[in-house]
Amino acid sequence: MTPMPFRLRLIRRDGASRRAALLAPLAALLAAGLVNFLLYIAMGKDPAAVFYAMLVEPFVSWSSFSEVLLKMTPLLLIAEGLAVGFRAKVINIGAEGQFILGAIFAASIPVWFPQATGGWIWPLMLLLGGMGGALWATVPAFWRVRLNASEILVTLMMSLIAAQLLNYLLVGPWKDPMGFNFPQSVMFQNDAILPTLIPGTRVNVALILAFVWAGLIYLYMQKSFQGYQLLVGGLAPHATAYAGFSEGRAVWLSLLIGGFAAGLAGAAEVAGPLGQLQRSVSSGYGYTAIIVAYLGGLHPIGIIFSSLLIAALNIGGDNAMVSADLPKAAVEVFQGSLLVFYLAAITLVRFRIRWRPPQEVRA
Amino acid sequence: MSGLAFIIAGMLAAATPFLLAALGELVAERSGVLNLGIEGMMAFGAVVAFIIVHRQGGHVAGFLLAGVAGMALALVFAWLALSLRANQVAAGLAIAILGDGLSALFGKTYESTTVTGLPKIALPGLADLPVVGGLFRQDPIVWLTLLATLGIWYALRFTKLGLVIRAVGENPGAARAIGYPVLAIRYGAVAFGGLMAGFAGAYASTVYTPLWAEGMIAGRGWIALALVVFATWMTGRVFFGAVLFGAVSLAGLAAQASGVSLNSQFLASLPYIVTIVVLGIISSNKRLLKINGVASLGEPFGP
Amino acid sequence: MPAPLLTLRGLGKSYGSVRANHAIDLEVAEGSIHAILGENGAGKSTLMKLIYGVESPDAGEILWRGAPLRVTSPAEARRAGIGMVFQHFSLFETLTVVENISLVVPGAKADLAGRIRTLGQTFGLDVDPQAYVHALSVGERQRVEIIRCLMTDPRLLILDEPTSVLPPQSVERLFQTLQRLKEGGVSILFISHKLDEVRAICDRATILRAGTVVDNVDPRGHDAHALARMMIGHAMPEMAHARSLTPGEVLLQVDRLNHRPDDPFAMALADMSFDVRAGEVLGLAGVSGNGQAELTRLISGEWTLPRADAGRVQMMGRPVGDRGAADRRELGFAFVPEERLGRGAVPDMSLADNSLLTAHRLGLVRKGLIDRTREAAFTRRCIEDFDVRTPGPEAEAGALSGGNLQKFIVGRELMLGPRLLFVAQPTWGVDIGAATAIRRRLVELRNQGCAILVISEEIEELFEICDRVMVIREGRLSPSLRIAETDVQEVGRYMVGTRGDAGEGDGAARA
Repeated sequence: MTPMPFRLRLIRRDGASRRAALLAPLAALLAAGLVNFLLYIAMGKDPAAVFYAMLVEPFVSWSSFSEVLLKMTPLLLIAEGLAVGFRAKVINIGAEGQFILGAIFAASIPVWFPQATGGWIWPLMLLLGGMGGALWATVPAFWRVRLNASEILVTLMMSLIAAQLLNYLLVGPWKDPMGFNFPQSVMFQNDAILPTLIPGTRVNVALILAFVWAGLIYLYMQKSFQGYQLLVGGLAPHATAYAGFSEGRAVWLSLLIGGFAAGLAGAAEVAGPLGQLQRSVSSGYGYTAIIVAYLGGLHPIGIIFSSLLIAALNIGGDNAMVSADLPKAAVEVFQGSLLVFYLAAITLVRFRIRWRPPQEVRA
Repeated sequence: MSGLAFIIAGMLAAATPFLLAALGELVAERSGVLNLGIEGMMAFGAVVAFIIVHRQGGHVAGFLLAGVAGMALALVFAWLALSLRANQVAAGLAIAILGDGLSALFGKTYESTTVTGLPKIALPGLADLPVVGGLFRQDPIVWLTLLATLGIWYALRFTKLGLVIRAVGENPGAARAIGYPVLAIRYGAVAFGGLMAGFAGAYASTVYTPLWAEGMIAGRGWIALALVVFATWMTGRVFFGAVLFGAVSLAGLAAQASGVSLNSQFLASLPYIVTIVVLGIISSNKRLLKINGVASLGEPFGP
Repeated sequence: MPAPLLTLRGLGKSYGSVRANHAIDLEVAEGSIHAILGENGAGKSTLMKLIYGVESPDAGEILWRGAPLRVTSPAEARRAGIGMVFQHFSLFETLTVVENISLVVPGAKADLAGRIRTLGQTFGLDVDPQAYVHALSVGERQRVEIIRCLMTDPRLLILDEPTSVLPPQSVERLFQTLQRLKEGGVSILFISHKLDEVRAICDRATILRAGTVVDNVDPRGHDAHALARMMIGHAMPEMAHARSLTPGEVLLQVDRLNHRPDDPFAMALADMSFDVRAGEVLGLAGVSGNGQAELTRLISGEWTLPRADAGRVQMMGRPVGDRGAADRRELGFAFVPEERLGRGAVPDMSLADNSLLTAHRLGLVRKGLIDRTREAAFTRRCIEDFDVRTPGPEAEAGALSGGNLQKFIVGRELMLGPRLLFVAQPTWGVDIGAATAIRRRLVELRNQGCAILVISEEIEELFEICDRVMVIREGRLSPSLRIAETDVQEVGRYMVGTRGDAGEGDGAARA
């Protein structure tokens, strides 16, 4: 066998490169921007108009920016929760389903008690929402801890089931009898809607909740011993056994935290901008949050920035739909390619790239 | 037609998207690589095939280009996971999302349009049998898929290439030590997985339900992933699992045909519920997984 | 006189500042069985890698039948006529014998199967070509490896520690095979540290110590004692003196421990019983692969027993068999594992964060929150007291050298103030200075009344620091030997099983 020629090779670094970790999202943004730029040209859209609509317009007007904040809220909530699990190598891709269950649980109050009033209603809805999401996450947790089944597949399946459950409720028992036969619930009463935070906009108190949640997660992961144990589980599974940390508990915590966060976000969505339970409650937040989490380096602070970016991209996508005739799906493509380039860029955190001879064969 | 006859007649076709995708992923996983992006590769293949067929390009071109499309996404994944040593789970998810997005983007203008599917080919004599006759009347892709299943089973079991793939999956270090290019072999296996996923998507959009709707893959790519686990990485079991899921996915329509009225959302959830249950049963048998599983699955190989 | 088959002149190889081999001179004659003798770490495996083309030498030359030979890959070595059977087989367990061989040797499977059978009969290497490797015993797997080599028609066959994994009967069969090979014109290079075997079968022996050749001798002309002295040498640094103590209470008790692992490829443990008392050091000797990994995990708490068997392992008088590692540490147990990165320490975390792994109970965590100041203080103390060469507590564990990381881990565990300490391979891969320091600490700890259990593959180390020693073989234990009343040879004989008690019978304890 002929020896391999000199080639670009990856050499492991001694320590993770902080600089690379911080620059990676920017590099990814540039690269994704470039590639998608070319895509829009190929599709016959005006790339300048698209980019203005996507990346500039969301920030120029207050009403636009408030929509960004509104969109950022669920993303921030969910991504912070998911990141805890991802760092523990517990991969929850069913946040969409947990989001839906949160929405359903929250909606149960205005649907069953449409005449109820009181300041306690929306907080209770949020709490129920979180519990609903966490409940939906107990199945994958149990399946992994007791049955050794991959949580990746189970959480996904649960999402698909959740969509059907929502469907069932909306065309059946929870359909608004005055709703012209549309698959939607009754409109929620005033007390079942989150109070507005910024007058004149749709931004509600959930935004504060999201930042508080981010702060709690930050404390949990950076300061608490439990958070530390989760990190060890993700970095070195054998070390957890050595130290006597419980793997089962790590899985339960990760999934319950992620599920709770997603459920909370779902509740905030129906008790917020939607004001009723509809099919469109499931608009992909659960999946988008996965990208937000990774793009933020799985770091509580980083995720604040990445959720802002992705939210802006989403609102920008809405704008581009109107002003540049770009289908909304382009945003999903942009996001997917962002993650691809980000994963490529963070290689440089752990490795250097050098011109080297073949590595010697291990025997 | 009775419910049972309905299921028997349709289950092979219903199984085909699962089967094609799962066979491709099987090869990739046997070489040690876990590609979670199947759903995206299928979706992308589906839209590419649909556009080609819609523009009168013909099914052959549609399928081939769909395969290329799937393979292209698979190679992006391979570049991330193999050459750049990125987290295989995250990379797979990225591809799943990207593929799904591309599919929705290019399919936008074709919403709810239809194309002509493929005519079925009947096996003479057998196709006229009562109850099971429908089994022998299938479109050409189904017949080709059956051949492919046999071919892959044979290749993995009896050919040198299959042997090398299995060796790489079990012990990449030893494979490298005796002189095999592990990364190149894995690239090939992953590319093949993308090709098959592309075909699976093409079948779904241009033959099985020859119309375009956003999200039409509807989780079948994920189920294909689960199928590979259920089948404990054995080709024959993948086939039976796919047929089982094909049958389950028809249960709703069959129930209607037999006059049984069951909640339609429950029936739609049935494949997902069955997946969860079977996953639980198979995974809890740790010894079985250890003996049949691919030892190096999902682990990056290199420095 | 014809040129020797293989000549090495002045061969050397360094890894960074470590000189694995230097000034190696030896000759292997045609049709001979030649031993390379040396303790672990003497440089034997590096030498084999140089000959087989896995690595390239930094100095010296290799001559094949008098002509210079440059091998840059195993495939080239095979083409030149050199074959190698590694100590850790590179076989694929889920494939059959003939499939494994067909990966390296061209030809149709049917033909290969025929050749496998023929070679098997000729050289006493019978094995069923259609059998799956995972179903084969260790002896049979070795036969597959040898057959795989023979099929490339070698003139020189290198065997790396071939008998370390074999029970006695299989060793006999192997020797018969080697004789027949020698008669068939194949020379054998036999790497080993087993003195009796080398004397039984080899024509010549080259003794390696600390990376260089001590002597080339006819092993039959020397007794085992003399050979051992040449292998081990006398350059030992000063050791702390273990003052004579009457051992106190039993702090670790293992009582008729039986274990069948989930993994079908792991070693089952049969009827293990031993105890360790305060103020004494018990050593467990044995070649790796005889159940050490499994026993280690059962004692450390990484594997737990069902509740009914909780009493099989007792620490400080309490049954802990069903308890995890953290619970055992609560009782005063500490453990230094043989794998540092990934098990004893997390490579991507700082040393400070690695302290938390086991020392968290020393006030580093209060009310569930990490006290970073105390964490840093603890780590700094550990670094100073145990002479860990590192920029500071924030350095990543993965960046430390093996020796320094070991000092850190040992330090961390000792700072827990344990009453019972378990150490696996304490000085593997550690330089002499650090190794001495670690061993001295262990003896000091013993003198203060700690009970210490040590597993080590280096017999000399056990003789330095232990009061008693037992030998693990095939999942069973030998009787306990007092160090003062035994010697290296006797322990060695238990390791290979010529003494009878330890693991008699071919694979009796195998899962």
